[in-house]
Amino acid sequence: MAVEPKNFGFGEDETMLRDSARKFMSDHCSTDKLHSLVASDYQIDRDNLCLWDQSLWQQIVELGWPAVCVPEANGGIGMPLVAAVALAEEIGKAGFPSPLLSIFNSTFVLRACDSAAAHQALASIAGGKTMTLAITNAAGSWHSDHTDVEVNKDGSLTGNAYFVQDARKCEQFLVSARGDKGVGLYLVDASASGLTLIPDSIVDLTRDQAHLSFSDVAAVEMASPGKGSDAIANAIPAILCIVSADMVGAGEWLLQTTVEYAKTRIQFDHPLGFFQAVKHPLVNVMLQIDNAKSLTYHAASAFDHVPENAERSARMAKSEASDMAVFSSSRAVQFHGGIGFTWECYVHLFFKRQMHNQVMYGDAKYQRTHLANSIMGPAD
Amino acid sequence: MAAADRKDTTEQAEFRKQCQKWLKANHPGRPPVQLPQGALELSDPAALQWLQQWQKSAYDGGLIGCDYPLDVGGGGKENCQGIANQEMQKAKTPYLPNIIGMGMAAPTIFFHCQDEVKAELLPKLLSGEEIWCQGFSEPGAGSDLANQQTFAEKDGDNWVINGHKVWTSLAHFADWMILLCRTDKSDKYNGLSYFAVPIKAALGKGVTVQPLIKMTGQTGFNEVLFDNLVISDRYRMDDVGAGWKVAMTTLAHERGAGPLVTPASGGMAIEEESGVSAGNIGSLISLAKQQHRGSGRAADDASLRDEIMKLMIRQEALRQNSRRAGVPELTDHPMRIPLQGKLVGTELNQDIAETAYRIEGAASTLYVNDPNAPAAGQWPLAYMNSFGVTIAAGANEIQRNILGERVLGLAKSK
Repeated sequence: MAVEPKNFGFGEDETMLRDSARKFMSDHCSTDKLHSLVASDYQIDRDNLCLWDQSLWQQIVELGWPAVCVPEANGGIGMPLVAAVALAEEIGKAGFPSPLLSIFNSTFVLRACDSAAAHQALASIAGGKTMTLAITNAAGSWHSDHTDVEVNKDGSLTGNAYFVQDARKCEQFLVSARGDKGVGLYLVDASASGLTLIPDSIVDLTRDQAHLSFSDVAAVEMASPGKGSDAIANAIPAILCIVSADMVGAGEWLLQTTVEYAKTRIQFDHPLGFFQAVKHPLVNVMLQIDNAKSLTYHAASAFDHVPENAERSARMAKSEASDMAVFSSSRAVQFHGGIGFTWECYVHLFFKRQMHNQVMYGDAKYQRTHLANSIMGPAD
Repeated sequence: MAAADRKDTTEQAEFRKQCQKWLKANHPGRPPVQLPQGALELSDPAALQWLQQWQKSAYDGGLIGCDYPLDVGGGGKENCQGIANQEMQKAKTPYLPNIIGMGMAAPTIFFHCQDEVKAELLPKLLSGEEIWCQGFSEPGAGSDLANQQTFAEKDGDNWVINGHKVWTSLAHFADWMILLCRTDKSDKYNGLSYFAVPIKAALGKGVTVQPLIKMTGQTGFNEVLFDNLVISDRYRMDDVGAGWKVAMTTLAHERGAGPLVTPASGGMAIEEESGVSAGNIGSLISLAKQQHRGSGRAADDASLRDEIMKLMIRQEALRQNSRRAGVPELTDHPMRIPLQGKLVGTELNQDIAETAYRIEGAASTLYVNDPNAPAAGQWPLAYMNSFGVTIAAGANEIQRNILGERVLGLAKSK
């Protein structure tokens, strides 16, 4: 019988990767820098720009992070999901704008496709090319079988994909589209003719998101109709772990930043943290972060070692992480008081990232509905 | 369960096999009398006696006190108590009666008594032959534990004790008490000292134990009055005035955050017909499938389903947190998870029982002596009892202060 390792699979390599990412982020991606990069223009009708540090991204590509979960056979590093989870946590803690998590998501979907073309696409990721998923319809359904894109007779794609993450940072899109026998997966080049990218104007300043419109766009099949939705469903636990890890990292930033403020801000002759009305909810934030973190590691280790348990564990992790994301960000703004409500205070960057994260791939209640149906049976 | 077997040391792996073999041959089976939900509620001497026999047998079998040295009556092993606990849980053995002795008194005695006193007290403590209770709380010293008024006055090689302890679980059966009291009225924290007190031998001769009745209608804890009780100085733990430091050893172990693992057995269904056991989400789901709500089942109610899943997730998180606490590279602050244990565990059990209450709907009004009560009325009982542990061992509000101050570094609250 397959078993999970006690250390969740965080071996020496995974821990070293995590530590080097932590150092890289603290050396190069301070919150000061992040704020001046993405929040220099506060105006609500500002230009819709995709703001990210591409030279830093080149360094990350050279460090090999995008290739960590690409199989060695495809030129990648071949590490388990916990390695991507460790990186996602550091990315979340820095609120770092990059396509890294979208690349991880695409990697796990491609791994589940297991076709020659998918192996080639994985090799392109290992080679430094960026990629994101375009698998969501206009209704924002997270179901692997729902898409507003269709496969034409000649194999080209027509239709629309919505809520595409990091769209303007990516060179390739992995698109779910309906063919004669169900949903398949297709790789589309960002410069393909007939493809229009319409940037969404979003709340989160650390990401970009777009709506893609396809009109007879040339595409390469990664998984045939019917098999694409299975590949997405197989990768869902990994995707949930990665977004949960981002929330855990961002939650820890919010906690530590608010704790620092509660140590230094004096009211009624005491630092804020002296008052239990502030201290106790901050402890509750910590408890929830720890829950979300352990559940995320558990789900990632299940995905790597006991895949039959992965979906259930990942939905638990995403549920707890989403609730934590909302709670950690609301308490951070509230306990910073008046300053926490301003644009100049950095808290809103992480508040917005958490609110974006908590809804991606299904919010907490959505996950618990799935869990209840699987564990208690459907409701009458 | 196979996951727990992974990465045992050679000693642990061998010990695990011994435990399994011993448990197969020596499981005590069903109790001849009804047992309460936990050792702290014991009131029937016959139930106590049966559980003491079980503890003695498990001690003789080497499953209790494994990590204590041989010369104090332990097993002389390393990191094996956790293995024995896992195997006892798996074998669904009954709980152990000397719970305060093993969880609080034993580590305190071990770290703070003279060697010959350790050798005198620990063997019969670990075997369960001598039951221990804890004398910390007083009418004026609850969350403010250092506000001790019970006073010990030096008299040659003896101490004379006067005072009043409350909420003393198991005192009605106890041979010994761990006692925190005042020896100097001029200094709140440095004026405290700590003793092991032979209370049973002094009943009627300086010690009075009287039952206190809980909100459930059951007893199980007591008040203890000291009237010029004389005890020997050899039972003092650590220095005069070091009582607060010694108490911290007790409390760390009570909260599951001490260096020594407490022997723990359990998993035997208390009421097989009711299926009630705290922390059991499965029994909550079965209950929801049996109970009506409106024209359907409680299990079809969307908001109850959501709540049950929330509880299940918290329970899994508790498990995974304790797994992560064992991996130093994955914990930012070494005490961050251990100090959460008492708080998180007791609130989870309280919320599980409270949810069961609501699943039962109108029938939740029926108590243990009503023949129509679902689950034999054990859920309302469990809910009320759950407050015992959210209050005891430092109310959870105090636990949140400790976490906020020691782990997050926030200013100390008064």
